[in-house]
Amino acid sequence: MKSYLIKRVILLIPLLLGVTLLTFSLTKALPGDPVFSLVGERAQPEVIEKIRKELGTDNNVLSQYLGYLKLLMQGEFGRSYYTNRHVVDDIMTKFPNTLKLAMGAMLIAVPAGLMLGFVAALKRNTAIDRIISLCAVSGMSVPVFWSGLLLMLLFSLKLKMLPPSGTGDLQFIILPALTLSLPAMGILSRITRTTVLEILDLPFVKTARAKGIGEIKIHLVHVFRNALIPITTVIGLDFASYLNGAVLTETIFGWDGIGRFTMEGIIKRDYPVIMGCVITGTLIFILINLVVDILYHYLDPRVRIDDKSR
Amino acid sequence: MTRAGKFCITVLIGISLLSLFAPVISGYDPNGIDLDSLKESPNFEHLFGTDNKGRDIFTRILYGGRISLSIAVTAAFLSLLIGLILGLCSGYFGGRVDMLIMALVDLVLSFPALLLAIGITILFPSGIYTVVIAIVAVGWASFSRIIRGQILTLRDAAFIESARSVGCSHLRILFRHLLPQCIPLLLVMTGLKVGSYILTESALSFLGLGVQPPTATWGSMISANRVYISSAPWMVIFPGFMISLTVLCFTILGDTLRDRYGLSIKERV
Repeated sequence: MKSYLIKRVILLIPLLLGVTLLTFSLTKALPGDPVFSLVGERAQPEVIEKIRKELGTDNNVLSQYLGYLKLLMQGEFGRSYYTNRHVVDDIMTKFPNTLKLAMGAMLIAVPAGLMLGFVAALKRNTAIDRIISLCAVSGMSVPVFWSGLLLMLLFSLKLKMLPPSGTGDLQFIILPALTLSLPAMGILSRITRTTVLEILDLPFVKTARAKGIGEIKIHLVHVFRNALIPITTVIGLDFASYLNGAVLTETIFGWDGIGRFTMEGIIKRDYPVIMGCVITGTLIFILINLVVDILYHYLDPRVRIDDKSR
Repeated sequence: MTRAGKFCITVLIGISLLSLFAPVISGYDPNGIDLDSLKESPNFEHLFGTDNKGRDIFTRILYGGRISLSIAVTAAFLSLLIGLILGLCSGYFGGRVDMLIMALVDLVLSFPALLLAIGITILFPSGIYTVVIAIVAVGWASFSRIIRGQILTLRDAAFIESARSVGCSHLRILFRHLLPQCIPLLLVMTGLKVGSYILTESALSFLGLGVQPPTATWGSMISANRVYISSAPWMVIFPGFMISLTVLCFTILGDTLRDRYGLSIKERV
């Protein structure tokens, strides 16, 4: 357990180097002065001077990269070409919105996915199972930027029940959260179904039946609780992947989070914004995955992986 | 094969043929602007209607299918090739080779795929090849891991032992004895992956990072037309439907093959 943990933390280093190297090569690949590609030409002379000092004017790429890393450590992710504001500050103010959206999506996806998967497993090979499975595959196959537009068309433009876009309270969050939850719901219900089916075949279920425990109690207490452990991991990993989906969903619904910020950066070719978002997004994704992994090993003693079996 | 599987194969072959023979099937130029027929709703002349520049949506979908499908299939093939070689070596040789390759796999899989793809597409000049690179950069890793798992279960089997004892070379064992055992697994994985690569490609196109306009792709059609969702919904509905249908068929096909070969593949690798 301990060595696994250490290994995971050590793995963080090449990950962070990898993503920063990617963004760093971007500043180099852009035409013109790499300093300008970080802050834009409109920045104050002091700022330009500071960045130039860190990046170095000599042609040694390695020392430039180290200078770039130092800038990142100081929280200097560069400034937007257009607003001339610190990218870090903008990300900080927009992140809570993305978090809110991800939570909303999870609140829809988790109960719905669990319930659908559970019902499908119990009604194995019936029409109900097939319908649920088809819905689950559809949820995974439909691109969120399309399902989002269709939901908007139906609920906002035709039925006029919900606002089509904007950031705000409950009525604004419903549609984007629902959109974002669809693929997760599909994956979750498929995994729940498989897990529950596996558990239903285990001897302890038979024992419970032999003891005369009622079917409902077996399903809820014995099967469901055991199924929850592997499912928890998936829920956690999904939460991290909402960040991926958020780029698309937030763009469609004009939700003022990191995702839309990234998209705006892409459209305007505002490179510091894109780089800042890619770095932050990767960082959050990696950290959530790490926490989920550790939790998983902590929760279920059966899967504590030692170095041999990996 | 189940009825669902047969249905999906038929649909996929249909879509591929339609895209392949697009110039024969449709008389319209996919990028031809026609100011006399702007935003026409679906009718007999324009099956799926026209867009804000009077271009025939049906034709653009056919030509867009060429791009989406060829990118996804090429990316799947390359990912498979790289993943297969590394996975075979990793599982067969074990030890340091295994550790190194698996560390690399862990590394790649720890990145959020779409963000990494966004980073790569921005770094290189946009075009088909860049999109393929962006997908393969992440895609090979899951192939590698699955192949390795399969090889690990076979490595110590009796038939491999006997091959070794009659003096087969490593290369022969890898490609004549181990590789054929992995083919069903590879088929299933490729089916599932092509679907998800189509989703990635269309997401990149939607973000404006894929193949550039005026060339039609399914993702960029949705992105360009989404402002007209209220007045001309067909401009958005049909391209999205094609993406969904194609991905759905690939996924169901993968599932069908998986059940047929009695394999179990984790949803997330």
